[in-house]
Amino acid sequence: MSAMTMSAALRSAMDVMLERDDRVVVFGEDVGYFGGVFRCTDGLQRKYGTNRVFDTPIAEGGIIGIAVGMGAYGLRPVAEIQFADYVYPGLDQIISEAARLRYRSSAQFTAPLVVRMPCGGGIHGGQTHSQSPEGIFTHVCGLTTIVPSNPYDAKGLLISAIEDNDPVIFLEPKRIYNGPFDGHHERPIVPWAEHPLGEVPDGYYSVPLGAAAVRRTGSDVTVLAYGTMVYVAEAAATESGVDAEIIDLRTLLPLDIDTIVSSVRKTGRCVIIHEATRTSGYGAELSAQVQEACFYNLEAPIERVTGWDTPYPHAQEWDYFPGPKRVAAAFARVLEA
Amino acid sequence: MDTCRSSSQAPLHFHVPQPPARPGEQPDFSYVEVSDAGAVRRPDPLTDPADITDLSRSLIRVLGNDGIAVGDWDPRADADELRAGLRAMVRTRAYDARMLTAHRQGKASFYMQCTGEEAFAVGHAFALRRGDMFFPTYRQQGWLIARDWPLVTMMCQVYSNDRDPLHGRQMPIMYSANEVDFFTISGNLATQFVQAVGWAMASSISGDHRIASGVVGEGATAEADFHHAMTFAATYRAPVILNVVNNQWAISTFQSVASGGHATFADRALGYGIAALRVDANDYLAVLAATRWAAERARANGGPTLIEWVTYRVGAHSTSDDPSRYRPESEPVSWPLGDPIERLAAHLTAAGEWSAGQQEQLLADCAAEVRAAQQEAEQYGTLLDAHSGDPRSIFEDVFEELPPHLQQQRRWMEKLR
Repeated sequence: MSAMTMSAALRSAMDVMLERDDRVVVFGEDVGYFGGVFRCTDGLQRKYGTNRVFDTPIAEGGIIGIAVGMGAYGLRPVAEIQFADYVYPGLDQIISEAARLRYRSSAQFTAPLVVRMPCGGGIHGGQTHSQSPEGIFTHVCGLTTIVPSNPYDAKGLLISAIEDNDPVIFLEPKRIYNGPFDGHHERPIVPWAEHPLGEVPDGYYSVPLGAAAVRRTGSDVTVLAYGTMVYVAEAAATESGVDAEIIDLRTLLPLDIDTIVSSVRKTGRCVIIHEATRTSGYGAELSAQVQEACFYNLEAPIERVTGWDTPYPHAQEWDYFPGPKRVAAAFARVLEA
Repeated sequence: MDTCRSSSQAPLHFHVPQPPARPGEQPDFSYVEVSDAGAVRRPDPLTDPADITDLSRSLIRVLGNDGIAVGDWDPRADADELRAGLRAMVRTRAYDARMLTAHRQGKASFYMQCTGEEAFAVGHAFALRRGDMFFPTYRQQGWLIARDWPLVTMMCQVYSNDRDPLHGRQMPIMYSANEVDFFTISGNLATQFVQAVGWAMASSISGDHRIASGVVGEGATAEADFHHAMTFAATYRAPVILNVVNNQWAISTFQSVASGGHATFADRALGYGIAALRVDANDYLAVLAATRWAAERARANGGPTLIEWVTYRVGAHSTSDDPSRYRPESEPVSWPLGDPIERLAAHLTAAGEWSAGQQEQLLADCAAEVRAAQQEAEQYGTLLDAHSGDPRSIFEDVFEELPPHLQQQRRWMEKLR
């Protein structure tokens, strides 16, 4: 075991898989010699050579396109998109090709690739370094979509993603690369070294895809969160004194609906939190599924606390970011109902 | 002041390229510069792309009007090899004709012919090795036929019937045939062009000996993935052949709308530092020779080659298209590079290896073979009957295993049947 940041844990996952499986290749913009703008691939090229870890031209459509071709050949590509905000030129290859390859060829060809991308706000990233586009991917059939919230999960989930025989979108909340963040930007950063989930096994292990984790048990309200929002939910529960049960979804699709349903049946209330914009965001799907499965158990309307339906602003970041105050207000609303 | 100055100049005018002739006008192919057969030099396949820039403006041709093979590009193929190519082209054309009729009879929802373009896919299939991967568009069915993929299987895909290997999930003609190195066809144009480059990169990463070959039509060169493919192929010196089949038309849009008409499609390779050839694609011998040249270059780690295959789309774009609304009806017969089947037959005849009687017999044999295949395929169903893919199969192969939400949706569907 070692104390690892989330970037170090992700790097460790790629290190482990590059070592275990000759078919694994890692590439993207600035990923090779330099080791990535967030250090997630630091030292991997030196260790495994330019055949296995290499820099690419700045072309997201090309990066995903070659990954699809490599996967069809039989490699297991781990492609990095430098920021999730820049994945859009690669969407045709993700949606029309990677996600459909197995289906349209009746499994003659498959796309066992992982697309890693830093996502989320809270870093003064403005419009194009803060987005949370997970709802685009969960809407595409054939994709598995993952958002880890801590170093232990990040490594175990990335290993599972690389081993999965279908395309996986792996969103990494960059605000928590170095330490958990609960939305209290005015406070000093707490490093992962001081968090139990910052203790990460050095070797191989995996965290299963499609399984949520209950981060805090409680009886008043079920909170559905992922990524950075898990810590915002924890802070809101502590500060408001509400006995919230916090579920870290980890995999958005396929969704661990059973864990969600048994919690909501117990609490009778549900608050959904995400950084992404509200309308047609993943929270809408979560809300619909909870309503369908738990209608007769619900004591209050399901609440969603999300980013506003605006592009992510720069100067007004803390009015945009759904912090603990907004979450606590939602707790109060569902408990009053 | 600036406004005053500019007002003394002629106003800007907006340029929209137009084809040389529209319906009711005389076809005009004066824009096609036809090099003499044998006139274009054949450089060493490992030549620096900068030293062969003349080849992107000329036209590699082996067969002259007399059917005699001439020049350095003569592949010196033996007669059996050429007769196999001729047979595959004739089978392809017979298959197309039969499926077009089947569509008109309502047995299939859609079809696309490759009439006039048979030589590229067939010659390419014969010139590359088993294990090289072909990333086609929807107009290279000749590869499948040259590689002896069963006509019945092809038809079952077109009919979406009980024996459709794709279980009725795909529109007709979007074949997938891994066993004959034919990548799954996508409706999204040009996506496979960059995937071919990735496949080729994977082969070189793995220290393999196999190469990839990708295809776009001239219209789809305008897609971003064309640029991505060229950039990545050049950067990593990928062992790939990048084919642009220039059949002059992208549905109703003349090729100059994609190119501007100022340069050839082969010229585009030059800026990427990629070797470029421009080839008479209705000349079967030139197809064999140019494919082998590019394959040799790729296998020797010489990197990619872009080949512009100059041909003409004789048929309608698809069964949903009527070309008489945008081009002269007589345009196909005016095409200066002729017909690939007739030209190869003439060559074999001139060499004393073929006769009019044999050609007639071949046409009859292929028509009969296709008819018999169709009778068999239709036993397994067409759009007109109920034999079309198990509905439960809708949910299979979205993922390797059925996730809970798809299991649930399948149960919902079954309850209502």
